[in-house]
Amino acid sequence: MNTVNPYLPMEAEVVERIQETPTIVTLRLRLTCADARHRFYCAPGQFNMLYLHGVGEVPISIKSGPQHFLDQTLLLDHTIRAVGRVTRALVRLQPGDRLGVRGPYGRGWPLDKAHGKDVHIITGGLGCAPAVSVVHELMRQRSQYGHISVVQGVKHCDDLIWREQYEHWAKQPDTQVLLAADQPDARWRWHTGMVTGLLDQLTLAPHRSLAMLCGPEPMMRASAERLIELGLSPDNIWLSMERNMQCAVGHCGHCQFGADFVCKDGPVFNYPAVRELLGTRGF
Amino acid sequence: METPAFLPADRLQALLELLTDDGYRCVGPRIRDGAVLYQTLDDADQLPRGVQVQQSPGRYRLEQTDSPRRFAWANGPQALKPLTFAPHEELWVGELQADGSLIFHDAVRQAEPVAVIGVRACDLAALSLQEQHFLQAAPDPYFRERRRQLLLIAVHCTHPSDTCFCAHTGDGPEARTGFDLSLYETDTGYFVTAGSPAGERLLARLPLEPGDAGRFDTACDEVHAAAARQTRDLPTGNLQADLFARLDHPRWQEVAERCLSCGNCTQVCPTCFCHSEQEVPDISGTRSSHQRQWDSCFSPGHSYIHGITLRQDTASRYRQWLTHKFGSWHSQYGRSGCVGCGRCIAWCPVGIDPTEELHAICTEVKAT
Repeated sequence: MNTVNPYLPMEAEVVERIQETPTIVTLRLRLTCADARHRFYCAPGQFNMLYLHGVGEVPISIKSGPQHFLDQTLLLDHTIRAVGRVTRALVRLQPGDRLGVRGPYGRGWPLDKAHGKDVHIITGGLGCAPAVSVVHELMRQRSQYGHISVVQGVKHCDDLIWREQYEHWAKQPDTQVLLAADQPDARWRWHTGMVTGLLDQLTLAPHRSLAMLCGPEPMMRASAERLIELGLSPDNIWLSMERNMQCAVGHCGHCQFGADFVCKDGPVFNYPAVRELLGTRGF
Repeated sequence: METPAFLPADRLQALLELLTDDGYRCVGPRIRDGAVLYQTLDDADQLPRGVQVQQSPGRYRLEQTDSPRRFAWANGPQALKPLTFAPHEELWVGELQADGSLIFHDAVRQAEPVAVIGVRACDLAALSLQEQHFLQAAPDPYFRERRRQLLLIAVHCTHPSDTCFCAHTGDGPEARTGFDLSLYETDTGYFVTAGSPAGERLLARLPLEPGDAGRFDTACDEVHAAAARQTRDLPTGNLQADLFARLDHPRWQEVAERCLSCGNCTQVCPTCFCHSEQEVPDISGTRSSHQRQWDSCFSPGHSYIHGITLRQDTASRYRQWLTHKFGSWHSQYGRSGCVGCGRCIAWCPVGIDPTEELHAICTEVKAT
């Protein structure tokens, strides 16, 4: 049948497996078909459906940014927490293993709206993964943006992944990195508590700032509301949502959040679009 | 409107034969398990004769009358939905090769041409909504193939049930669009109109007689009378705004105490599109079939996300179904997701009537 089938995966190979924490693994993937590699392009904040043979599919955000698509080697990084039936099996894959990939899907971060502005990236837990690609992109085009803050909170300090990356960003000009852990150990030198407790420390010029949020919903809601109290306009707050996604093209109906299909209308939303329903039980 | 030509009742078989000659499998209403179901039709005599349907909340019963009519029934549990959006189908197959590589095979198949006789206006409206859902941004090839091969012969409805409210939603009982051919039924035959080029070609080959204007007026009056007999309606005003302003209304809890969360309403609904995907590996582990089947927002798995079920109770599931069908559909597809077929009322095992729930939630004073 000579038609494009949005459901059909492409084959990919695991090139590298990085054990980030006991339950978090990054799989570095290479599409095996050269033609598929050439065609693939994604914006920061989009996601792929990863398929494990005989097990099933799950949506996983793409950690690689546009800088990875400039050469022909295209490697796709996906950071996965073993939490469900499919992800527990996915994190066991080893270099050389094959899997299916389809994507990219959804709307990513509003880089066009961030041009010339200060950008504050505020994440919690593994919410840092969909945001890393956007930080990489901001750094790659550093002169296009004003002040950059990267704020990440974790439950236990051992959950913090990519510590060296944060330390590297902290050394960049006009860049602020703030980290928080609810449960620190003796060596933790950053903030103890919730990520929202860090927001007052932001170098925040509300009139020229844009915030990008990703993490658990209560964390995003509390952060967005605090940013608004600090003077940021709700229109300048963007957040990345998650829901049950099975088709990724707006057909299967599971990811509906009010009138939005998170898979195609999101996962990145402008805060006013979701503000009312966010935190309403059952949506 | 010019008086359409007339097909005498005893020549209905000629229509079936023409369709069969053109390569169509004919599908039409037949009686099975005490209900009118769309099934393969080999002969016009297999159509019900004089069968009418009594429907009320939680109740569906056939009634045999002396009428010679074949289409004197209101809708059965099925709509056109299973013919385009299959209840269960394979999407693709993954094959593990000896060297560890994976090959994916598309399972989109050439659909067989199907001609449906006896389509209702409500179901045509529902099909149009499903087309919007499945064929817009990322066209679904499985749906598209089946839809492409479908020929639709509507019969304007003259016998709505007590549960019907298509006149209120504006979708019936007269079929105005979306059909290839339409029939106005009388005791002695059918006035035939075409709604598409394929319908025109078919009409030109039928053994028709000139239609009588007076008798055609009577046939049209019957359809209008069918609209006037309907009693159910939806609250007026902006249902989307009204529903989302009443997410804490006590009625959600009250209806949840009656609702079994069985999902029957969503399975008989001609516009519900939710489906789940699952993996069915063979015993050797080398071949795995990726399939989909109809799902329901009443199932616990519908709102599952990384270890959490967002809608754990029936109240939140019932609220999801109603706020979506009558509310957020407006934003998604420019109109309500309800075509007034009333199936969800008749096929609810405990007789919950969404029109009554909507009135209770949206018309009564907002709870404080």
